[in-house]
Amino acid sequence: MVKTETEEKNWVGRPVPRKEENRLLRGRGKFADDIKLRNMLYLGFVRSSYAHARIVAVDTSRAQARKGVVSVLTGPEIASETQPFLEIGPEPCAKIKDYPLAVSKIRYQGEPVAAVLAESPALAVDAVELVDVQYEPLDPVVDVEEALKDESVLHEEAATNRVWRGVFEYGNVDQAFAEAAYVVDIDRLHFHRFSSTPLETNVILAQWDGKDERIYYWCNNSFPSFAIQFLAAHLGVPIDRIRVETSDIGGSFGIKITSYPQMAVCALASRKAGGRAVKWVETRSEHMLASAHGNERTFRRTRVALDRQGVITALVSEHLDDCGAYPRYEPLGCVIWSQVFPGVYRFRNARIDFTQAVTNKCPVGPNRGYSRMQHLWFLERVVDICAHQLAIPADEMRLRNYIRREEFPYTTPNGCVYDSGNYAKMLDVAKALIGWEEWKKKQASAREEGRLIGIGIGTTLDSGTNNFGQSQIVNPAAPFSGNSQGANCKLDIYGEVVVAVGSCPQGQGHETTAAQVVADVLNIHPDTVTVRTGFDTERNVHTGFSGTYASQFAVSGLSAVHGAAQKLKHEMTRLAAFALQASSDDLEFGSGSTGPEIRSRSTGASINYWGLSNIVNVNSAVLPPELHDITLNCRYVWRAPFKVPDKEKKYGSLTLTYASQLHIAVVEIEPETFIPRILDYAAVDDCGTRINPPIVEGQVYGATAHGIGAALMERCVYDSLGNMLTSTFSDYTPITAMNMPNVKYGHIETPSPHSYSGAKGMGEGGAAPLHAISAALQDALSARGIVIADSFNNGDSLFRALAEQKSGQGTKPVKVERRS
Amino acid sequence: MPDEPAPVTLKLKVNGKPCALTVEPRRLLVELLREDLDLTGTHVGCDSSYCGACTVLMNGRAVKSCTMFGVQADGAEIVTVEGLEKDGQLGPIQTAFAEAYGLQCGYCTPGLLLSALQLLGSNPKPQESEIRKAIAGNTCRCTGYQNVLKAIRLAAEHMAKG
Repeated sequence: MVKTETEEKNWVGRPVPRKEENRLLRGRGKFADDIKLRNMLYLGFVRSSYAHARIVAVDTSRAQARKGVVSVLTGPEIASETQPFLEIGPEPCAKIKDYPLAVSKIRYQGEPVAAVLAESPALAVDAVELVDVQYEPLDPVVDVEEALKDESVLHEEAATNRVWRGVFEYGNVDQAFAEAAYVVDIDRLHFHRFSSTPLETNVILAQWDGKDERIYYWCNNSFPSFAIQFLAAHLGVPIDRIRVETSDIGGSFGIKITSYPQMAVCALASRKAGGRAVKWVETRSEHMLASAHGNERTFRRTRVALDRQGVITALVSEHLDDCGAYPRYEPLGCVIWSQVFPGVYRFRNARIDFTQAVTNKCPVGPNRGYSRMQHLWFLERVVDICAHQLAIPADEMRLRNYIRREEFPYTTPNGCVYDSGNYAKMLDVAKALIGWEEWKKKQASAREEGRLIGIGIGTTLDSGTNNFGQSQIVNPAAPFSGNSQGANCKLDIYGEVVVAVGSCPQGQGHETTAAQVVADVLNIHPDTVTVRTGFDTERNVHTGFSGTYASQFAVSGLSAVHGAAQKLKHEMTRLAAFALQASSDDLEFGSGSTGPEIRSRSTGASINYWGLSNIVNVNSAVLPPELHDITLNCRYVWRAPFKVPDKEKKYGSLTLTYASQLHIAVVEIEPETFIPRILDYAAVDDCGTRINPPIVEGQVYGATAHGIGAALMERCVYDSLGNMLTSTFSDYTPITAMNMPNVKYGHIETPSPHSYSGAKGMGEGGAAPLHAISAALQDALSARGIVIADSFNNGDSLFRALAEQKSGQGTKPVKVERRS
Repeated sequence: MPDEPAPVTLKLKVNGKPCALTVEPRRLLVELLREDLDLTGTHVGCDSSYCGACTVLMNGRAVKSCTMFGVQADGAEIVTVEGLEKDGQLGPIQTAFAEAYGLQCGYCTPGLLLSALQLLGSNPKPQESEIRKAIAGNTCRCTGYQNVLKAIRLAAEHMAKG
């Protein structure tokens, strides 16, 4: 019996249980380190203990002589066989020579100098200890402003530590400042360095097989399309000779995008070992020292013009981004922040002078909230600092400055189009969730007791589905623009519905949401849809943008899936019309006694998916010629409707959707220890239509934990010599269940006009907790004249701030000019 | 470098099944489980006892198998995530994690399931603070712990109903 279409419509939007759980809960996930290959070797990296040094000599003889050691690779050997990695930026960045092993110089602590190959992981660890490297230490540079003095240059070939500089100017800044009622100067703000530290480290299995001259990878890289483009050029092999497969991935948060240097070493090691498979499993300390960190950014000489009501009319600032020792994915971060140029605010006049430099620290890589969160934190600090200086309540200040509901779609000063949103409503929802008025009363009475309680708001954006044309703002010669995703939807020979996508999810539930989309198109149950996720170059579904990053699957990935499913449905309709001798208008999709089927409303005759597939795949002589184009194997590529931005003006649509988040944190600074404790926490999310609400909610919680951890516990600490002091979890202290508060979750839905389903990409979360917690601490301490100028705050830093203030040693970081 | 020490033979029971192995004395328990017994559900996250992705039960107690030698488990009974299902059916804690969306990437999940099993074995009606303490040694980078706490509360309810 066919169920009516209305009964089973709309799997999208429902809390469908995740398809992934069945294997993950049984311990049957397939993570990269679970894979064993015949006659496999194990790779270990010899890493530098210095942050900046010249390599005088590398003696591998003791290691080579060790039983069980197959070979040792060094930087000069690799440099003689490969091209340096592509640099995305123009000169001076383009002059940098980046090889996966240090050739003559060390530029950060933990940089790989050599790689040993051994018969077991333990023997590889032993052999690493037997490689003798002689160093001549050089002056390390760990601060971006020091680096820009170019007194000690990391990359001599570039002759400067500056990677990129550009001025982003819009509107009429001078006039706005001339007409301002207030001008607020903020000398320095600093966004600290941290990493989302996925629990599974980088893992690579590589085999450069002499039998067919191909390189096989089984790994957990999270943007393989990008990796193979870099690897093919570096290794000098045609890109179709590189096969990359990913399976379950234990978190990435962007960090695993930049594992291509290690992928290169593993392939070269395999070739050197005569094609034996090579496995490298990164240790946690290696991950902390030398995989990738989030961008650190310093905001200098910020000036803000405001009118009499506290409405921001203009902003100028110098932003200095520290990308660590090698640019790698950078300098893309030098433009990606401008996707959210004005944040959630209405100001039209601004000039931001953006510079990026290398320092003797771990290279950065995209990290949850990549490049936008630093800027959004900066804007939220600006708003709060101005509010406090002008004695305007933080909520009122935001309402006066937010982009208004009726202004959407809103074109920002730099040409981005915010699709939809309602920030004032989110504020209402969050205030109701947290009990704003009650907390204000409690705060007032606590203050009388001498307790320091602050209430902070963080409003932020999660921009998703980016226009790679923004790379041309960084480098006019960059051959990238637009965005696309591929998907394939087919009936297999026995009629199974199989969907393949080019994403490599790390917990985002792509198998489930893709099945929901296909189930709606074909009016079948999601359980009857098999989804192949995990990247595989040989599935032939990927485009050059495929991977999982930048909050986009709900839009780009699912649009591709939707397109492929519709294509398949169209073919199935034509085929069923032939098979049932019915007109296509008479056909309905649904499920009958033998599973998914198509039936004729008028005759009641039906054909199931096996029957349809049978005709095409194994019974094709019955097909009339006019149906010969039907394959029931439909690839669809969805392309985002972007244009190439104006490179000169730095103007254009850089992202398709703008999810928004508004968090409120109530924080108390403990009087004895100065440790900030979260007393209450609310998070409101707007990602348009929610494909699977509990999955969205889970992403919100996860991003909230990352943000709270980063705000209060997690940072990459370097000493003045470039020694990393947080190279284990015991030092880095990722947030645990003991530190994570209960989150009061709320949501509103302003559907996106830019996606077929109304969904917006989400998942990065825009680092709302960093904004809200900084704001709450500011609120707690503003009466004492303290400005929260750093995104990381703990008992130690707050104690120092209060002690300096008491002793009168504190500098005046903020000045206000009142012209009225 | 000194000569390699002689391999050690040990016997243990894993998920109810007796095993005898000969391993290097420095073989970690987690390596023994993953590499020698191919029980890859137990994971390594931090190598230093912080994250608990490697948590297994040894003689009923949750231990971090990345910081124990295999030889220390000689004669012990070990339970790994693979031992939680019965006749192909998910156990009550696994079911609760699925219902509460208590996992995302699933890498930390095996360790969390075993810490939860230890907790609920001795404390069938835990307070929230007790649940938080029981999983303090299990780092999850995806869920923010919210749905994990919910899952363990739900598991306690399921187990109370039998």
